[in-house]
Amino acid sequence: MGVVKARVLVRPKAGILDPQGAAVERALPALGFEGVRDVRVGRLIELDVADPARLGEMCERLLANPLIEDYEVLVERDGG
Amino acid sequence: MKFGVISFPGSCDDVDARLACARVGEAVALWHADHDLAGVDVVVIPGGFSYGDYLRAGAIARFAPIMTEVIEFAREGGRVMAICNGFQVCCEAGLLPGALLTNVGRRFVCRQVTLDLVNADTAFTRGLEPGERLSIPVKHTTGRYYAPPELLDRLEAAGQVVLRYAPGENPNGSLDDIAGVINEAGNVFGLMPHPEHAVDPLTGSSDGLGLFASLAASAVGAGV
Repeated sequence: MGVVKARVLVRPKAGILDPQGAAVERALPALGFEGVRDVRVGRLIELDVADPARLGEMCERLLANPLIEDYEVLVERDGG
Repeated sequence: MKFGVISFPGSCDDVDARLACARVGEAVALWHADHDLAGVDVVVIPGGFSYGDYLRAGAIARFAPIMTEVIEFAREGGRVMAICNGFQVCCEAGLLPGALLTNVGRRFVCRQVTLDLVNADTAFTRGLEPGERLSIPVKHTTGRYYAPPELLDRLEAAGQVVLRYAPGENPNGSLDDIAGVINEAGNVFGLMPHPEHAVDPLTGSSDGLGLFASLAASAVGAGV
C-alpha cells in the first residue's frame, strides 16, 4: 500500500474576526490592488498518508480546532 | 497544600509560578515527560510557549505525557489553575470551554491591566471580595477569548466567567471582556493575566497572590 499526498486547508470559521486577513486586506490597496474583499488567512498542511480515510479524524483532533476553524481535505489520487 | 507546577519545553513562567505557590504552600516542579503528579493537591499549568506553540498555541502540549494524568486529575475534581499558555492548553484539551485567538491588534501585548472579579464564589477566588478590582499584568499574542454565542450565553448564565477586563482595559478583543473562565464543575480555572507576576508590591502589585491564597485556604479534594 503506497502513500497518498494530501493537503489540508485550515481557515478561520466564518464570522470569526481574522485580524491577519484584515491587515492584508488593508495592505493591498496601498499597492494599487483595488476591489479586494473578505480576505481570510489560513494554513496549508501538506502530508503523505498511508490511510487517507483517517484524514478527517486527524483534522478534528489535531490539525484544526473545529470550534474556531473550518478545514478542507484535498487528496491527490495519483500520489503526485 | 501542595502545588505542582508543570514545566513543558518552552514554558517560561514556571519558576515564577512555583515562587508564588511557595508563598502560600508547598510547591514542587512537575515535568512534562513524566506520568506522575507527585501527589499534589493543585496543578498549575504556567505561561510560556510550550512546544513552540506550533500549529496552534497549546495544541501540541495537550498531548504531552503528563497531560494524561492532568486530564484524569481534573475529571476527578482535582484543581487546576491554567495561566496564559496553560489556559490555551486546557482549551485545546477540552478541560475549559472556548478558545483563544490572536489578539485583535495582532501584536504581543505586555502591560498591567485592571480586572473585575466577577465570581468570588470559586475555590480560586473565595479569599477575594465580590466585585474587587485587581491589577495584574498580561503578556501574550494569543489571548482573545472566543466562544460561540450559545456557549457564551451558557457561561455567563452559569457564572463561569470569573474575571473580566475592566471597562476600557480589554487588551486583546476578548468577547465580553473575558479574562478568565472556570469549567462547569468549578475545579479548572483558566486566565490570561499572570497572577504569579503580581505577588509582591516590589513589582507593582500583589493582587495576584489572592488567587493562590484562596486555593491554599480551600479544603483539599472538596472539588468546588
